[in-house]
Amino acid sequence: MSALVAPAAVRPGDPRHLAGTGTLLRLALRRDRLMIPVWVLLLGLSVVATGPSFASLYDTATKRAELAASMNANGSLRALYGPVFGDSLGGLVAWRMAGFGAVLAAVMSLLIVIRHTREEEEAGRQELLSAAVVGRRAPLTAALLAALVADAGVAVLTAAGLAASGRPVGGSLALGVAIGGTGLLFAALAAIAAQLTESARLAKGLTGAVLGAAFALRAAGDASADGGSPLTWLSPIGWAQHLRAYAGERWWVVLLLAATTALATAAAYALTARRDLGMSFLPARPGPARAPRSLGGPTGLAWRLQRTTLAGWTAGLALAGAVFGGIAKGAASLVDGNQRTREIFERLGGQQSLTDAFLASITGLLGMVAALYAVGAVLRMRAEETGGRAEPVLAGAVGRLRWAGGHLVIALVGTAVVLAAAGLTLGIAYGASVGDVAGGTGRVLAATLAQVPAVWTLAAVAMAVLGLLPRAAGAVWALTGGCLALGWFGPVLRLPQWALDLSPYGHLPKLPGGAVTAAPFLWLTALSVVLISAGLVGLRRRDIG
Amino acid sequence: MTKAIPPFPAIRVAGLRKSFGRTHALDGLDLRVEPGEVHGFLGPNGAGKSTTIRVLLGLLRSDGGTAQVLGKDPWHSAVEIHRHVAYVPGDVTLWRNLSGGEVIDLYGRLHRGSGAKRPPWRGGGGRRAGLDATRRDELLERFELDPTKKGRTYSKGNRQKVALVAAFASDVDLLILDEPTSGLDPLMEEVFQSCVAEERDRGRTVLLSSHVLSEVEALCDRVSIIRKGRTVESGSLGELRHLTRTTVVAELAGPPAGLDGLPGVHGLTVQPLQGGPACRVRLQADTDRLGAVLGPLGAAGLRSLTSTPPTLEELFLRHYQDDLRPDAGQQDGARPAGTVAR
Ligand SMILES: Nc1ncnc2c1ncn2[C@@H]1O[C@H](COP(=O)(O)OP(=O)(O)OP(=O)(O)O)[C@@H](O)[C@H]1O
Ligand SMILES: [Mg+2]
Repeated sequence: MSALVAPAAVRPGDPRHLAGTGTLLRLALRRDRLMIPVWVLLLGLSVVATGPSFASLYDTATKRAELAASMNANGSLRALYGPVFGDSLGGLVAWRMAGFGAVLAAVMSLLIVIRHTREEEEAGRQELLSAAVVGRRAPLTAALLAALVADAGVAVLTAAGLAASGRPVGGSLALGVAIGGTGLLFAALAAIAAQLTESARLAKGLTGAVLGAAFALRAAGDASADGGSPLTWLSPIGWAQHLRAYAGERWWVVLLLAATTALATAAAYALTARRDLGMSFLPARPGPARAPRSLGGPTGLAWRLQRTTLAGWTAGLALAGAVFGGIAKGAASLVDGNQRTREIFERLGGQQSLTDAFLASITGLLGMVAALYAVGAVLRMRAEETGGRAEPVLAGAVGRLRWAGGHLVIALVGTAVVLAAAGLTLGIAYGASVGDVAGGTGRVLAATLAQVPAVWTLAAVAMAVLGLLPRAAGAVWALTGGCLALGWFGPVLRLPQWALDLSPYGHLPKLPGGAVTAAPFLWLTALSVVLISAGLVGLRRRDIG
Repeated sequence: MTKAIPPFPAIRVAGLRKSFGRTHALDGLDLRVEPGEVHGFLGPNGAGKSTTIRVLLGLLRSDGGTAQVLGKDPWHSAVEIHRHVAYVPGDVTLWRNLSGGEVIDLYGRLHRGSGAKRPPWRGGGGRRAGLDATRRDELLERFELDPTKKGRTYSKGNRQKVALVAAFASDVDLLILDEPTSGLDPLMEEVFQSCVAEERDRGRTVLLSSHVLSEVEALCDRVSIIRKGRTVESGSLGELRHLTRTTVVAELAGPPAGLDGLPGVHGLTVQPLQGGPACRVRLQADTDRLGAVLGPLGAAGLRSLTSTPPTLEELFLRHYQDDLRPDAGQQDGARPAGTVAR
């Protein structure tokens, strides 16, 4: 590694490079004193809570074996959840949560690392700190250590919780390590992304894309072969599952995780040593000397700022739609005769034909993911405000409503665009697989677009908070995460309907296939209008900045 | 362009109050800026300059007092006012993926708004131009700014220039500049000063918040000094000087009589020269009492006389320091020029 480092006055291994790490770590942990514990608790407890839920759902060994067999027999289901390696209770928990927990831990870690590296540099705060006695490597080290604290917390809570509820200790440990370890690997990957790009937003997007690719690779690999194909082994998410907690743990996979993490960390350090503070390896190109006509006002500006993000989300969800559409038919044909598998899907997707139930669970998933786009697009306004970029715009002849209106329209229309793209590819891919593109597409597209009002409601909540409680804007993410968790885990955990109704998604019919009434759509849209109006009124009455 | 006077002050603020939680950022601030003048807005860090400016731009809502910009209330008529106002913040942040040229044009177009008309006192009726393209290019050249660079790649000074070019190229009546030259090199500071002078010659009003005293001295017709959210002094530089003390050093043939105890005389020292009756007298006199000092000096056989008006630094330091040393300035007239009390 030292060979990669550019010559410097201080040798790479010199401890002076790390001066101030302790102070920075304490600062990071203090700033995250709410965020890290909330993530760790939510993540750890959802894994642990899966145990009792499965224990009541599949109370006999026969039922569990039946579930495992039917899941493994079907490539589409293996793509979605990964293979079941063991039909003990622990084995089922690991099947359901290893991959999912690993993804969430990865998201948590990438947020932490980029928040304390590139985001700080972008805001110019790092400059101030680096001018103090802070070594060149200290900020990165502190950020990675903060992620380590969080990931270790998740691992310990998961392992201890599962072991305490009666699962074997070895398997509990393996599952904890699989989830926390994947998180740590993505912390290191985020550290690389933070060196490569100048914008925190881009660094998050880049790491998120790697995470998405890892999930897709694992899905493709698991779909093609029962025990996992070479594709699976290209994916860290695959590793987390194929560590086989509670099913004859393959401990050497931990070494694979650790080695990759070490390699990625070394690469990130090598990159920091070779670049200047605030700069990156993907520098900006010169732009036009004059503004195009389209950049004529607040709406044109909002479009300019948000169009790349919208394009990225549209492409990403369209891709996801195509992948899921392609496997939908298989999901139905192979397990059509299996009562228990049918039950699982019916719980997620509703009481219809199995294919429809599968498609409905996918449209539901797409709707939930689209909320991340919509909320992000609304909260972009807050970033503009705190970044000091809203002030000069509002000091022009631009009313606050016009300023917010541009961003809102992009968020709301963008939601429909993103879901339409996903619904189209889902419908076309599914239609092609059953030989009826014309008939399948319209139905599936409509089913996907039916998610729009629920997504709007979450975007409207973001607008309301932005206008009325701007300092709590970060809490909107927690709320959105809560709604997604309710939608994803709620049906499997057999939560009562009132709990599911807390999320706007709980009010939507399961489409395609379910019965449609206008009421929930009208209510959700009306609620969105009220929330957005309240937010706009608040925005007009409050201080900017 | 002819200078036409609108029928009201450009900025009128009375008893303005604004709190952030327990911090009283503004605590009864007064400010009056006449049309066509360049008004210096001074005060130590945290005095409330930026807060005042944000209230004037309708970005913050005041807790009390009144504020009017171009005769209108900035909170309720923000958009109308902004058509005639250009603003340069002290810390310009740009969008990372927009070039400087794009930002300048954007700011210009934002000012134009929709359906903006010239105010009656400037010809009325005619459509506002937004940004003057010729002036924009001329300013880019004068400030030596490359408009094709992207936001993040500008240095601090260059980000400041982006906002300055946009403001100076805009067809507005009032420029509100909040520490606009922080980060400019001396050459660019000179360009800035000539630009402000041109703006004044065109009849535009400028509110200039600044810590650069030479800049204030060179540009401002009148200044307001604020401290802890209150106005402590306001007037032309001449008037402010008048309120302070002039240092007088005189050589006399014999010891003076009647200086001691004369109202308005402070810190009198008499130092014998070469053992003889001749002596050097040093004192501070309130500027409006200077005449009364000359009598006794002349009577004692005046040989040489130097009188030094207070420098701007002394003037400001006196106001800025009052909160550090409650007794500074008033009793301690003998403080040597340029010494900073701690
Ligand atoms: N948004 C805010 N929230 C809380 N306090 C604030 C806020 N904005 C300003 N303040 C406080 O109000 C006071 C006045 O600040 P202001 O920025 O107006 O000072 P200033 O005169 O512009 O100072 P400087 O010369 O440093 O720019 C300070 O004590 C500051 O901490
Ligand atoms: Mg200020």
